[in-house]
Amino acid sequence: MSTGESIISLRSVAKHFGSVRAVDDVSFDIRRGEFFSLLGPSGCGKTTLLRMLAGFEVPTSGAILIDGQDVSTVPPHARPTNMVFQNYAIFPHLSVRENIAYGLRKKGLSKQELAQTVEDALALIKMTGYGDRASHQLSGGQRQRVALARALVCKPKVLLLDEPLGALDKKLREEMQLELRQIQRTVGVTFVFVTHDQEEALALSDRIAVMSRGKALQIDAANRLYEAPNCKEVAAFIGSMNFFQGSLRETSGGTALVDAGPLGQLSASAAENAPGPGSQVSIAVRPEKLRLAWDKPAAGQNAIAGRIATEAYFGDRSHYHVAVEGLAEPIAVAMQKSDRLLDDASSIGRPVWISWAPEAAVLLTE
Amino acid sequence: MSKRFDLLTIYGIVFLVFLYAPVLLLPVFSVNDATVAIFPLKGFTLKAYGQMVNNPALLAALKNSLVVAVGVSVVSTAFGLLAAMGVTRYKLPGQGPVMSVIMLPLVVPSIILAVALLVLVRQVFDIPLTLWTVAAGHILICVPFSMMVLMSRLEGFDRSLEEASADLGESGWMTFWRVTFPIAMPGIVASLLMCFTISLDEYVLAFFLSGLDQTLPIFLYGQLRFPQRLPMTLALGTTILIVSTIIVIFSEILRRRGVQSTKPTGL
Amino acid sequence: MSDIAEPGGAAMREPSSPPAKPLRTRILQRFPWLRGYLLMSPTIAVMLAMLIVPVVALFVRSFWTQNVFEIDTTFTLRNYAYIFELSDRITYWFGIPFPLANPVYVILLVKSIAMSLAVTVVVILLAYPMAYFMAFRVKRHKMLWLILITIPIWTSYLLRVFAWKIMLGFNGVINSGLMNLGIIDKPLEFLLYNPIAVIITLAHAWVAFAILPIYVSLEKIDRSLLEAATDLGDKPWERFWHVTLPLSAPGTIATILLVFIPTVGDYVTPALVGGSGGSMIGNSIQLLFGRQNDAPLGSAVSVVMMATITAIVCLFLWLVDYRKIRARGMN
Repeated sequence: MSTGESIISLRSVAKHFGSVRAVDDVSFDIRRGEFFSLLGPSGCGKTTLLRMLAGFEVPTSGAILIDGQDVSTVPPHARPTNMVFQNYAIFPHLSVRENIAYGLRKKGLSKQELAQTVEDALALIKMTGYGDRASHQLSGGQRQRVALARALVCKPKVLLLDEPLGALDKKLREEMQLELRQIQRTVGVTFVFVTHDQEEALALSDRIAVMSRGKALQIDAANRLYEAPNCKEVAAFIGSMNFFQGSLRETSGGTALVDAGPLGQLSASAAENAPGPGSQVSIAVRPEKLRLAWDKPAAGQNAIAGRIATEAYFGDRSHYHVAVEGLAEPIAVAMQKSDRLLDDASSIGRPVWISWAPEAAVLLTE
Repeated sequence: MSKRFDLLTIYGIVFLVFLYAPVLLLPVFSVNDATVAIFPLKGFTLKAYGQMVNNPALLAALKNSLVVAVGVSVVSTAFGLLAAMGVTRYKLPGQGPVMSVIMLPLVVPSIILAVALLVLVRQVFDIPLTLWTVAAGHILICVPFSMMVLMSRLEGFDRSLEEASADLGESGWMTFWRVTFPIAMPGIVASLLMCFTISLDEYVLAFFLSGLDQTLPIFLYGQLRFPQRLPMTLALGTTILIVSTIIVIFSEILRRRGVQSTKPTGL
Repeated sequence: MSDIAEPGGAAMREPSSPPAKPLRTRILQRFPWLRGYLLMSPTIAVMLAMLIVPVVALFVRSFWTQNVFEIDTTFTLRNYAYIFELSDRITYWFGIPFPLANPVYVILLVKSIAMSLAVTVVVILLAYPMAYFMAFRVKRHKMLWLILITIPIWTSYLLRVFAWKIMLGFNGVINSGLMNLGIIDKPLEFLLYNPIAVIITLAHAWVAFAILPIYVSLEKIDRSLLEAATDLGDKPWERFWHVTLPLSAPGTIATILLVFIPTVGDYVTPALVGGSGGSMIGNSIQLLFGRQNDAPLGSAVSVVMMATITAIVCLFLWLVDYRKIRARGMN
């Protein structure tokens, strides 16, 4: 199966519930065979979008194309998609086997083929021998696998997963993440995965759409979302981020100079489509890209003086909050064990220098 | 848990005795070899049961009651199911008042329901009183019961099960038959049994709305006036009691077990 | 490579007209609850035809009059005037003066209400401890207890009344039993055919019914609230008074109504164990529609009875501030 070619096209898709715009004019493509995540806080419209892909909601406007066909108004049972529900929706009156075979009734399989298909599916989810179990005898993880198998045996073009790991405890969730990724590689089906857990999305996905208030803010691979967020909201949602506000003075050679008021002049790497001089901008830097030093660093770097306000020790790393005059919020700094400032005596209250290289920071428009 | 025989536990047991003792007199005296229900008990006899099964009027009334009860339970459960589905799966504006009206027959004294229906049937439409009119009256009081039973069954019903079925390729009707109906089944059977017992036992509506064809409670009521027929009446009462108790136990177990199994245990 | 979403961006957008849907689908999509009412419509129709229409017919009938064999359909308040017609001749009932020309219906109504109230009080007093016992004491075999309580609800009402007739009769179980034990030497006559017999029988018939709503509201009480009350210094009795009782009020109030309203109109029990002294308003309605063949007057009596019950229920709910209690129960 070739990747790159698009299997789902969303064209100006919107869904309004009364006056609420759950999904607000979203357009993007999902590529064949990729593991695609819709990431965002609850209420951002990700589940509504997924339910529109499944056919449970009809878009208020716009069109959804699956494999080139407009399916906007096609009912769920006639779509080439299958879904793993948030609570798994395992039929309580049917056994595991009957649950998995549920969608195969109309596929015209012989009894033998059907039994074989179900056995193969049980093997895929490592539940061979569980076919006769009743649904209430299953653990959370097993229910999740059955839901997955039940959807996959229908051979969907796209598999939709609605926060399928949300109901599991942390350890099981991490196991299932690995397994999910493995199954996706084995079967090669396009996965569209809804989650509010950014770590989960970053770990699993080929690409992620970050959603907020019904809009898709940025659609990118995990590392690009982290390293090159395209707006403050994405920057703040994925990981943690320090922001310095100011006005843009000039851009040259991919580096922007910003007047940041009391902090003086700061520099950051700027994209080609950076705004013109004079615009209000923010410089965003990840805590782990900042360095702390007792002495003023050499020139050529951005440097701010402050005082250490808090220190939190995590063993492999330490987190500091540095209070800076003229800034309402303290600056967050994360340091690895190797370059931690002090190992014993408390450093709280001591003056300190924060510095970073211009290419470590991102320029964002306000 | 320590087993405590405190006042409350004693009360609970005494209460059960009070609840059951009067009714249990019926079977006791029905096999007593005497024509009056007084202590001390005399010998054991099944004579009264023999009289009972050889009484043609009784058998005719029994047949009428069965026919009405079966019809009433099926029709009421169908109406109850539709209404319960409508209420449990949609947020209905004005649901409160609509529900109050449907549940009204549960509280309105049955004599009011009876005379109101009688006025409608006899004086407005001038329909002759038959078992049909009795059945209509019974449907009126059974629908709210059926609806309550089915609502509690469907309330925990997870909408995503139906969505899952649609997602797996089944149309609306097939989803109903393959998912909704089987899951609601214990509730449906419980409702059928419950409506059956209600109709079988109901007296007031049947009395006002029946014509020449008697139902069993009307027959029974008629017998109460004749002291010499007391043994047979007791035997009949005992039989009705046993049959309806079995049905009730069965439907209650079904209903309560059914409610429990909807909750997924794995989560 | 990153594809940044362009909300409303021209590149992605194609002129797409919304797909034409039939009007019915559009309306149903707009108002999904209409589907709910569509599902309920047969049931609602049946209830309208068999409950609302008959009651309206009954109401209309109460303004007509009966002329021996046929009904005069001219609108008149004569039936109501008959029921409430004042007179100089004062009838006393338990010392209460009724200055009415035809006092029987009003007296019977007052008497029925008084008896129903007595039944309701007895039922609540009997049912509440039982419900409390089942909710808080029964740990194992809860289902068995529930079924034991449920069976009497569904087994013939008529038979239970009949059982009491056998119990209380002149030649009944209690009399013969007591005589047999030598406690009395001649039958107690006051057992049957009086209001007390009716109240006992009705209370017995309804008490099982009353347990379930109270039980449900007790069962719903969050046990940690009770622990909190104890933790804050309440003794068991205070805890019951401050927490348990108020929180079970919705179920108790529902039970009161569930028992009071239907028993006012009961007529089987008074007919079987009440004798002439124990008869209630239901009996006279039955007579008016039956032997006395005066359906319009019977309708008027029915209407007066329902109106009185409604007024009492509204007054009661207002007195206990039901809105507040219910709102509290929702949390």
